[in-house]
Formats: sequence, C-alpha cells, structure tokens
Amino acid sequence: MGYKIEVDLDLCQGHAMCEVEAPDYFNVPKRGQVEILNDAPPQEDRAEIEQAVWACPTQALSIREEDD
Amino acid sequence: MTTAIVPRVSGGEEEHGHLEEFRTDPIGLMQRVRDECGDVGIFQLAGKQVVFLSGAEANEFFFRSSDEDLDQAAAYPFMTPIFGQGVVFDTDPERRKEMLHNAALRGEQMKGHATTIEREVRRMIADWGDDGEIDLLDFFAELTIYTSSACLIGKKFREQLDGRFARLYHQLEQGTDPLCYVDPYLPIESFRLRDEARLGLVELVQEIMNDRIVNPPRDKGDRDMLDVLVTIRDDEGNPRFSANEITGMFISMMFAGHHTSSGTASWTLIEMLRYPDVYADVVAELEELYADGQEVSFHALRQIPKLENVLKETLRLHPPLIILMRVAKGEFEVAGYAIHEGEMVAASPAISNRIAEDFPDPDGFVPDRYEKPRQEDLINRWTWIPFGAGRHRCVGAAFATMQIKAIFSVLLREYAFEMAQPSESYQNDHSKMVVQLAQPAKVRYRSRRRSAATSNWRG
Repeated sequence: MGYKIEVDLDLCQGHAMCEVEAPDYFNVPKRGQVEILNDAPPQEDRAEIEQAVWACPTQALSIREEDD
Repeated sequence: MTTAIVPRVSGGEEEHGHLEEFRTDPIGLMQRVRDECGDVGIFQLAGKQVVFLSGAEANEFFFRSSDEDLDQAAAYPFMTPIFGQGVVFDTDPERRKEMLHNAALRGEQMKGHATTIEREVRRMIADWGDDGEIDLLDFFAELTIYTSSACLIGKKFREQLDGRFARLYHQLEQGTDPLCYVDPYLPIESFRLRDEARLGLVELVQEIMNDRIVNPPRDKGDRDMLDVLVTIRDDEGNPRFSANEITGMFISMMFAGHHTSSGTASWTLIEMLRYPDVYADVVAELEELYADGQEVSFHALRQIPKLENVLKETLRLHPPLIILMRVAKGEFEVAGYAIHEGEMVAASPAISNRIAEDFPDPDGFVPDRYEKPRQEDLINRWTWIPFGAGRHRCVGAAFATMQIKAIFSVLLREYAFEMAQPSESYQNDHSKMVVQLAQPAKVRYRSRRRSAATSNWRG
C-alpha cells in the first residue's frame, strides 16, 4: 500500500521545518511556501516523512494512504 | 437574509462600559459573555463595542479573515508607546512574516538556537549551588530576555545586556493597562512607569551603540545587526537611526516572544509541581532520552512526548494571550449576527480552550488528552488556540516549543523542584493586557547530582 504527501497551502508559513527533516522531499525557498519535490516517496523513507509531517508548526502537511 | 442584532452581556453600566471589569477580571467577563450570549456577544470597552467570539464556527471566521477585513494593528493601542511612534515592526503582519523569512525563525536556525538556549540556562543556574529558592517570574523573565535577544537579534548584543535590561523590559510590559482603550497617554502610574522604562532602555542601547562606534567589528564574522545599523547614514551623512528608533526595533523584535515564553515556562513548572506523577514521568522520560549521550540541541528538536503533552495542556489552561483583537474594516456576518465596520472583534484562547464540549474536564490538567486517538489539539483546530490558528497562527510557535523543551531538558535533569508556597497561590496578574505571573511565585530547588543519595525529594 502506498501513500502520498499532501499540503494545505492556506496554512504553510514557510518555516522549512520539513526541509530540515526530509530535504530530499521538501524545498522551502526563502520568502516562499513549501514545494514538495516528490509526493509519493518509497516505503523505506516513511519514517522520515512522518517526522517532517510532525515537525510542521502549522500542521500544513499530511499523509494520505493510497490503495494499490 | 436578515441578520440578528448581537446580544450585549449584563453589567457595564459605568462611564467606560465593562472596562473596569475587564481591568480586574477579564476572563470572568469573557466567560459571562459566552454564558449569557453564546458564540457571539458584545461587551463595551470604553467607547468601543467589542464583538466577542467563541466556539469553533465563530473562531474559524475570526482566524480565516485577512488583515484587510479584520485589522490587527488598530486593535492594540497600547503597543505604540512601547515600540515608539513610527515603529510598527511587530503589529504589521507582513513585517512579522519578514522575520520568519529573514531566517531567524526558519527551521535550519533551530539547532543553533537550541544550543544558545541551553547555554543561557546553564549561565543562569551557574551560581545556584546545591539548593535555594527562586521567584519564577524573576528567573524566567530574565532568562527569556537573554534567549530572545541572542536568538532574534544577535549573540554579540546579548553579551552586552544584563539584569538591568531585563528589569526595564519587564517594567515596560507592565505599562499595558487596559485604560489604553480610553487613552494610552493618560497620566496614570502604569503609563508613567512604562515611559520611564522605555527611556531607560534607550539609554542602555545608546551606551551599547557608543561602544560599537568606538570599537567597530574586527571582521565580518564579528559583525551583528547593531553594528550595521549604527553605520547607516542618511542623505546628509547623519546617522540614519537614533538610539530611540533602534531601541524600538529591538523591543518589537523581542516583544511577542518574551512575556509569552516566560509565562509558559513558569506555568509548565507549576503544573508539574501540582501533579507529582506527571512530573516524575517527565523526569523519567528525559533521563531515558538523554541516556544516549546526545546534546540538548539534538533532542529539543525531536519528540519528547510526555513533556510536549504537558506543555500543550499548560498552554491550554494558561494561554499567554487571553484575548486576540481586531478592528472590523467592513460589514460581516457571523453565525447569523451582523458585525459592523469600526467595531472591535475579539477571540479568546482563555475561553475557547476550556469549552467543555471540546475538552472534557475542561478545568482539569489532563496531558493524556493529546494522546492518539484523542488528540484534542488537532481535532479542535478552531478552539484549541493557545497559538491562535489559521493564517495568523503564531510564527514563533516552533521556536517557543523548542525553547521549552531545551529549558526543561536542562533544569529538570540538574535540579529537583518543589513549591515554596500554597499551590493555589500561584496565579496570573490580569490587570494588564500583558498577562504576567503574580508575585510572589517562589519555588525551591535542590541539586539532583549532589543530593541524590541522601535526598528524600522526588527524582
């Protein structure tokens, strides 16, 4: 079963905490909002993604489970 | 569709409406608005009608509104004499976002900030000895002056501050009597002390500026924001910024993070002392976590679940800002009621955080309510609002949370604490817009390292 990263851009304030946790998947430009570099990461990076979702101060990120 | 007229809460027959009650028991007043009027009710603050909102639906309207619709800057008249005329740094949300994007609060700075905070805590407790007593307000208000100046302005500036700056800054925060809604320049003691404190701060900053001019930075690495500010010239070649203006900028950069973090640190400790089992669990959690030999700057950025739940519950019961205010810039409708242009609109973390339907046992201290699957902070996104919500959510929330984790990672492992006065005597002083712990608020400490064998204290 796969999963996808979702973002609510109404909430993102550009803290870049996600980029600190998972730089391969998130990029936050100075003065900007998050860009998700790959919204369907492999299962082995799931812990890293969950850490990034937890670290977001505005709860803008979430994980959606995908049926195969 | 027709809209109903917003009901007005009882009382407030005096000249300034509910102002006197607001100055003595603001939470009691706001709770009565909710009890009598529901989610939308009016109280009167001097010449202004305040449309007071609570509950998820009304709060969502409040927090989703843009600054063009609900204006923040005009709602806080007590800030102008504190920052200084012309310094609007912090009241302007665009400038506040700027702080975030200017990197001081960005994710990659947090590890360095955590190291700085640990060092500042260790400096504050360096002369504590094996045991003694502190006043929580004195201790945390001074500590957070050092942490916020070091992290938000610069370490070099922080090194030129001492207890005098902290005491003056506190005196300044006391200058926020709600009588500002009549006139922020009334001849009253609170405002006189405020203006005196600000002059004192300008004098200290002037001394530091003089020193910077005489001793310019050796190289780029030695240069901080103040070194840059003192060298900027206007078109005539005169210094662009006066000590008065620079002091205003620094006051505003530190304001949002100072009394809020100071009060939250105090209440986090008080609540742990009131609930010994919770306290013991947090100490055990820290011991276990730090057994891996990692630094505070490592763990303070990662999950410390029990301490985080204690912090969330502390913030729910003792939010540092009890009321958030705006001025309506147009006509709106909320839950069937009309809001008119020029009215003040308010939401209250102190009231919404204790709505019984959303938070069972609303006055109890229940850190477990944040455990899965309850997660009452996430489920109640418009009523669990210690940091506000939506697009106006506190940009310092991540920094503040990390700071609490770093402070207690040091304090709770080095010292055991106990109350030095009756539990119910720890209270907030609500007589000013900036809520602070009422004094005395004393606790005793004893070194855990040196007294571990003989102590009958916990831990």
